[in-house]
Amino acid sequence: MTTTKTAATVRGVRSARDPNLLRLLVMLVFVFVLMTVLRPNQFATIASFNSMMRQFPEYGIMSIGISLAMITGGIDLGVVGTANLSAIVAAKFLIGTVPRGAPPAQVVPYLIIAVLLSLSVGLACGTIAGTLISRFNIPAILATLGTQQLFTGIAIGITNGRPQSGLPLLYSRIGNTEFFRFVPLSFMIFFIVAVSVGIMLSRTRFGTFMYMMGTNPRAARYAGLNNTSIILRTYMISGLLSSVAGLIMMARANSAKADYGAPYTLQCVLIAVLGGIDPNGGFGTIGGVTMAILILQFLSSGLNMFNNISNFYRDVIWGGVLILVLVFNKLLSWREERRAVRKSMN
Amino acid sequence: MISLGRISKRSEPYVLAAIILLSLLIQARSGQFFSGNNLVDLARSLIVPALFSVGCMMVIVSGGIDVSFPAIASLAMYVTDKILLASNYSGNVILAYAISAGLGLLMGALNGFLIGFLRLPTLVVTLGTSSLYTGLMFGAFSASASDVPPAIARHGKEILFTATNPTMGLTSNMPSQILILIAVLILAFLLLRYTMLGRGIYAIGGDETAAERAGFNVRGIKMFLYCFVGVLAGITGIARISMMTYADPSTMLGMEMTVIAAVVLGGTRVTGGMGSLTGTILGVALMTILSNSLILIGIPTYWTRVFTGAVIIIGTGVTAHQTIATRRRRAQSQKAAA
Amino acid sequence: MAASVLRVKGITKSFGGVQALRGVSLDIALGEIHCLAGENGSGKSTLIKIISGVHEPDAGEIEIDGRRFSHLNPKEAIGLGIQVIYQDFSVFPNLTVMENLALNSELMDKRKLVNYKRARAIAANAVSQIGFDVDLDERVENLTVADRQLIAICRALLQEAKLIIMDEPTSALTKKEVKALFAVIKRLQARGLSILFVSHKLDEVFEISERYTILRSGENVASGSTVELDRKTFVFHMTGRQFEDEFYTPSAIRREPILSVRGLSLGGAYADISFDLAAGEILGITGLLGSGRTELVETLFGIFQPEAGTISIRGKEVRIKSVKDAIRKGIGYVPSDRLTEGLFQPQTVERNLSITVLDRLSDHFGFLRRGAIAAMTRRWIGDLSIATKSPALPVRTLSGGNQQKVVLARWLANDLSILMLNGPTMGVDIGSKYDIHVLMRKLAGKGLAIIIVSDDLPEVLACASRILVMRDGVFVQELDPTVTTESKLSELSTGIA
Repeated sequence: MTTTKTAATVRGVRSARDPNLLRLLVMLVFVFVLMTVLRPNQFATIASFNSMMRQFPEYGIMSIGISLAMITGGIDLGVVGTANLSAIVAAKFLIGTVPRGAPPAQVVPYLIIAVLLSLSVGLACGTIAGTLISRFNIPAILATLGTQQLFTGIAIGITNGRPQSGLPLLYSRIGNTEFFRFVPLSFMIFFIVAVSVGIMLSRTRFGTFMYMMGTNPRAARYAGLNNTSIILRTYMISGLLSSVAGLIMMARANSAKADYGAPYTLQCVLIAVLGGIDPNGGFGTIGGVTMAILILQFLSSGLNMFNNISNFYRDVIWGGVLILVLVFNKLLSWREERRAVRKSMN
Repeated sequence: MISLGRISKRSEPYVLAAIILLSLLIQARSGQFFSGNNLVDLARSLIVPALFSVGCMMVIVSGGIDVSFPAIASLAMYVTDKILLASNYSGNVILAYAISAGLGLLMGALNGFLIGFLRLPTLVVTLGTSSLYTGLMFGAFSASASDVPPAIARHGKEILFTATNPTMGLTSNMPSQILILIAVLILAFLLLRYTMLGRGIYAIGGDETAAERAGFNVRGIKMFLYCFVGVLAGITGIARISMMTYADPSTMLGMEMTVIAAVVLGGTRVTGGMGSLTGTILGVALMTILSNSLILIGIPTYWTRVFTGAVIIIGTGVTAHQTIATRRRRAQSQKAAA
Repeated sequence: MAASVLRVKGITKSFGGVQALRGVSLDIALGEIHCLAGENGSGKSTLIKIISGVHEPDAGEIEIDGRRFSHLNPKEAIGLGIQVIYQDFSVFPNLTVMENLALNSELMDKRKLVNYKRARAIAANAVSQIGFDVDLDERVENLTVADRQLIAICRALLQEAKLIIMDEPTSALTKKEVKALFAVIKRLQARGLSILFVSHKLDEVFEISERYTILRSGENVASGSTVELDRKTFVFHMTGRQFEDEFYTPSAIRREPILSVRGLSLGGAYADISFDLAAGEILGITGLLGSGRTELVETLFGIFQPEAGTISIRGKEVRIKSVKDAIRKGIGYVPSDRLTEGLFQPQTVERNLSITVLDRLSDHFGFLRRGAIAAMTRRWIGDLSIATKSPALPVRTLSGGNQQKVVLARWLANDLSILMLNGPTMGVDIGSKYDIHVLMRKLAGKGLAIIIVSDDLPEVLACASRILVMRDGVFVQELDPTVTTESKLSELSTGIA
C-alpha cells in the first residue's frame, strides 16, 4: 500500500511540472535541427516557413476544437463536417448574391455577411452536437459520429456533391494576405485562436470548470457546476472554431466542397493525443497541442524536400510518432514507479 | 426461461421493427423493394460492412474500439494483389485469401501487442496504426487503382444465382462472397458462445480485473482478438476487390465510422460487455438499406448521408434514453426493496 | 482449542523501505469466525494478500492444515482452500448468474469449451449450498449489492473453500442485508468452514466473531475472545489513542429556525417531511440505506426537485432550482461517496478546494485571481491541518481523512449558513473521524446550522443535538441523543424490535 502511495506522489509531483510539455519541446527542437541539418538550403528558409504557415492553420484550429471536447471527457468527430458545411453556406451566399465584376468596395459588406453567416452555421452545428450530448446523454463519440454524417450529408445534399467555385476574387485575395510579405493571415488567425483558447483554459473560471468536469462529471455536479452548460458551450466553441477552419480552407482552395479535408478528423484526434490531451478527459494544454502541430508540420514539410520520399510518408510518420510516444511514455512511467520503489528502499 | 421483460430491454427488436417499417414504406412507395434484384443488390452491398462489423463488434464488446480495420484490409489486399500480379500467379484464389489474411494477422498482432501487453488505450493505438498502414500503402507501395490477378478476377465472377426483376428488366447477381460472410458468422457465433475464449471477451468487457482474478488470460485474449480482427480484415479486403474486379486502395478507407455506428445501432454497448451478432447484422442491414434503397422512393443519393446521420443520432439517443430509464427504474425498485 | 485451519507466524514484509508487517501472527481455528481489525495502513490488507498468495513475505511461515509454507502463490492458496471475497466482489455485471458462478471453476479445470448444461448444474449446486434463491439467467448487474455478494460467496464455495476471507463485506449493505449476510456466515460455519472477517466496525465484530486479532502499524497489538472486548479497549487498540466520550451540548442555538421544511414529498423516495433547523444546531438524520435520507438532503441541495411541500430559509419560502442556487442560498453539502461524488481524485488539492469559490475568486470577465486562490488554499490547509506536501499534489495522494477535510474546506470557504454532511466519516480512520467530529461541533458553536446524515449510530449519538429517525421515506420519531441508546435507534430505523 505504501509503495503505491509513494509512486503516486512521485507521479503527482512530476505531472505538476508537466514532463510531457518538456518532452514535446525536446522533440520539436530535435526535428527542427534534424531537418535543418539534412536540408540546410531548403528547410530553414523563409520560403519554407511561409509555406508551412499556410498549411497547418486549418487542421491546427480543428485540432484545438477537438482538444477542447476531449478535455471535457468527450470528443468531436464532427469538426470537418461543420467546417465544410459552414464554408459551403458562405460560398453559396457569395456566389448567389455578389454581382459579377462588382468593385471591391461593394463586395466587402457581402463578405462580412458571409463570414458571419458561416460562423453562425458553425455555432449552430456545435449547439446541435452539444445538445445531443448534454441533454440527451448520447455518448460524445456516437453523437458526433452522427452529426459528422448529418452535416456532411446536408453539405452534399445542398450542393449535389459539387464544388462551389466562382467566389468573388476579393475573398481569396484577403484570405491569402501576407503581413510583412511573410506571415499569412491564416497563421495570424491560428495564433489568435491558440493564444485565446490557451488563456481561456489556463486563466479563466470556465477553463477550470472544463478540466474539472472532464475529470469527474458527477463530482462536478455536486460542486455546483452546470455540466449541461459547460458541455454545450464547449461544443459551441468547437463548432465556431471549425467554421473558422472552414473559411480558411475556402480561401486556400478558392472554393468549398463537402468532402474537403476528409482525413483531417482522425489526424486532429491524433494531434490532440500526441499533444498530451488525456483521451479520458481532464488533462492537457494548448501549448502541448500547438507543439504537436508544429512537430508534425516540420516532419511532413521536411520530408517533402526529399525527392524520393512520397508525400504519404507523412501518415506513416504521424502514426509511427504517435505509437512511439505512447510506448515511450509507458516505459517511462514503469521505470518511474520502479525507481520510486527503489528510492524508498534507501 | 426468457421473459418478455428481458426481450423488450434488448435493442434487436427495435432495429428489426425499423427495418421492416422502412422496407414496407419503400415497397409501398416504389413497389420495388421486395423485388428479387433489389434484395440481391442489398445482400451484395451488405457483405463487406457485415464482415467488418463482426470483428468491430467483438472489439467493442471487449471494452475497446478499433478504427484500423479498413486500413489493415486495404494494405493487406493491396500487397497481396501486387505480389500475385508480380509473380504472374494463375492458381486458386485461396492463396490470395491466405496471403491477405496472413498480412492482416501481422498488422492485427501489432495492435494486439500494444493494447494487450503494453496496455495502451485502444482508440489511440488503432488511430496510430491506421495512419501508419495507410501511409505505408500510399507511400512505400505508392498505391493507386490497379488490376487484379486472374485468380481474383475469376473469383469475382463466380455467382451463386441471378435474380431478375421482370417489370424493370434488371438483373442482379448474388456473389459467392456471401458464403464467406455466412461462414464467418457461424464461426464467430460458435467462438463467442461456446468457447471460453469467447466468454472471456465478454468477461473482459464486463470487468477486466475480475476477469484476471478469475484466471482468464487477459493479455492472450486481447492479442487473439486483435489478430482475429486483422485476419478478418485481410479476408474482407480480398472479398471486396474480387467483387469490384479491380484493386482500389482507397475504396474501404473511411468505412470505420459507419461500421462502428452500425454495430452500436445493433445494440452493442459502447462501454463493453454486451453485444450480439444478430443485432450487429441488423444494424448493418439498416444502414445498408438506408444508403442503397432510398433512391427507390425518389430521394437522391446526395441526401442519403443525412439519413444515416439522423438514424445514428436517433438510434443512439433511444439507447441512451433506455439505459437511463432502466437505471432509474432499478434504483427505484432497490429503494422499494430496502 | 480446536485444530487450526490456518496459522501464520512471524510474518514480516516490507515494500521498499517501508515495513508493512513486523512479525505478525494469526491463528484461525477450524470452523471459527475470526475478525481481523485495524485502521487503514495497519497492514491487514497486506496480510490478506500474503495469505492468498499475492505477496511473498520476507520472513515467517504459513501453516495450512498442518502443512508449512514459506510462501504461496495464488493458485496454491486456492488449491489449499483459501478464498478471498474482495470488496468489489469481482463479479461480471454483464454476464448471467449462471456464468458468473460456473466460469471460474471451468477455468480452473482448464476447459476450452463452454457446456451450458454443465454450467447450469454447477451454478444450481452452488446457490443451493447456501439456500440462495436467485434466477440463474438474470444478469448480475440487475441484482442488488447484497445478492452480488452472495454470488461471490457461492463462487468461493465451488472451489471447496476451507477458509473464506471477507474484506470489509458490509460496507455497501443495508442493515437488513447485513443481517442476512450474517445468517449465511453462520450457516457456512455450521458446515465447518472458517471465516476471516475483516472489519473495523465494532458492533459487527461483536455480533459475528468469536475471536479477534487487531493490527496496528504492522504489528499484533491484541487478540483474544470477542466477549472480553469492550468499545473503549477496541478503539484504544486500533488507534493507540484514548478518546474522551463525545457529546454535543449546544451552547447557542438561536430561537428562530434558519431552515424550515414543511410537508416535503418526492415520489418513491420520501413523503410529508417537516422539520426546523436553527443556527448552532446539529441535526442528525438517521435511517437505513434506501430510507429516503439521501434524497431528502439532496433535494435541499437542489439535485432533486420536490413534488410537494415548501422549503423556507430565514422565514422566506424559496425554491432551490439547482446546486448552484443552493450554494447561493448558503447551503453546502458533503456527499456520501468521496471517491465518485466528493472529489476530483487526479486533480490538485488547490483545484479541489477552490472549485466552489471560483465565482468569488475571479473577475468580471471570468479571469481567475490566482494569487487569491493560492492564498485561500494555503489558509484552509493550515486551518484544518490538512496533511499534504503541496497544494499542487493530486488530491488522491491524501489519506481518506485529509480528503474529507478538503471537501469540508471547499464548503467552509463559502460563508455558509447550512452545512449538510452525508456519511461524513465513512472510510475515515478513527483518529481523523474524531478530528472531524470536533470540527463539526466547533462550527456549530460558531453559529453554523448542521445536518448530518449517517447510519453510523454512535456517530449520530455523539455529534447531534437532536435526532430524526427516518424509515421508508417518513420521519418516525424525534429523539434526544442524551437519553437515547444505539439499540433504540436501530430498532426505530429498522422497524424490527
